[in-house]
Amino acid sequence: MVELKNLKEGDSIPELKVTPDKYLPHRYAGASGDFNPIHIDPDFAKQVGLPGNILHGLWMMAQVARGNAQLADGDPRALRRLSVQFRGMGFPEQELVVSGTVKEAGDGRVLIDTVAAQGENQVIRNAQAELVAK
Amino acid sequence: MPVKTDAIGKQWPAATYEVGAEKVREFANAIGAANPVHHEHEAARSAGFRDLVAPPMFCVVYCARAMGPAILDPEVGINLATMLHGSQEFEWDEPVCDGDVIETTASCKEIYEKDGKGFYVFESVSTNQDGKRTVTGTWTNIVRGV
Repeated sequence: MVELKNLKEGDSIPELKVTPDKYLPHRYAGASGDFNPIHIDPDFAKQVGLPGNILHGLWMMAQVARGNAQLADGDPRALRRLSVQFRGMGFPEQELVVSGTVKEAGDGRVLIDTVAAQGENQVIRNAQAELVAK
Repeated sequence: MPVKTDAIGKQWPAATYEVGAEKVREFANAIGAANPVHHEHEAARSAGFRDLVAPPMFCVVYCARAMGPAILDPEVGINLATMLHGSQEFEWDEPVCDGDVIETTASCKEIYEKDGKGFYVFESVSTNQDGKRTVTGTWTNIVRGV
């Protein structure tokens, strides 16, 4: 088990892998209140030029948050700041991999550069998380 | 056509959200946040939280009510059909627990044009019933073909 307080610059964090099932966007729509049809209606998505319904960007951001928070056993107090850039479309039924590298570590504070990708498709880039070690 | 920048500095009325345990559980399940502190009152209390605690990203739920009117405001003039969520930042402070009442205020920080795209930057500030800040959000929406 990787311990937050032992991380040093250049370390990789354990990857988080998650495959959203076909109906995940529907459950996230209900949970979040974001019912934009591009996320839940494949026919509508195709009408507006997308290959199919796409994952909610903020659900993908939540996976980046989780990938970082797992360094502190999912303690919600550990994650102090998270910034992300949405740079690609994510799709249901494809594995999403969250990976990261420690950029700075010291004084109980760790900065982690993070990416979320489906295969070669980097859906979230230039993400940075700030974690505090208890 | 240059983007309208009249709305820079505009602040919208605060929106209130009452946090409930079942909504927190539903959200935690949808994002895969399995830590028992998001699901069981007792687990959260023994971990030092006031009560069952929301995952940090639950802020999108209680901020949505404040962000909607800002993004849809005709004075801002965003064309929703060509809008993308470009980037997002959250900075968290006090954890949000079952029973909390969160007030969120949205404001428009920047509107500018770059490479034929319009960039609309909003800030949200959320505080709980004790006046403690829970999260500050920076929301950047990009509109193609302005």
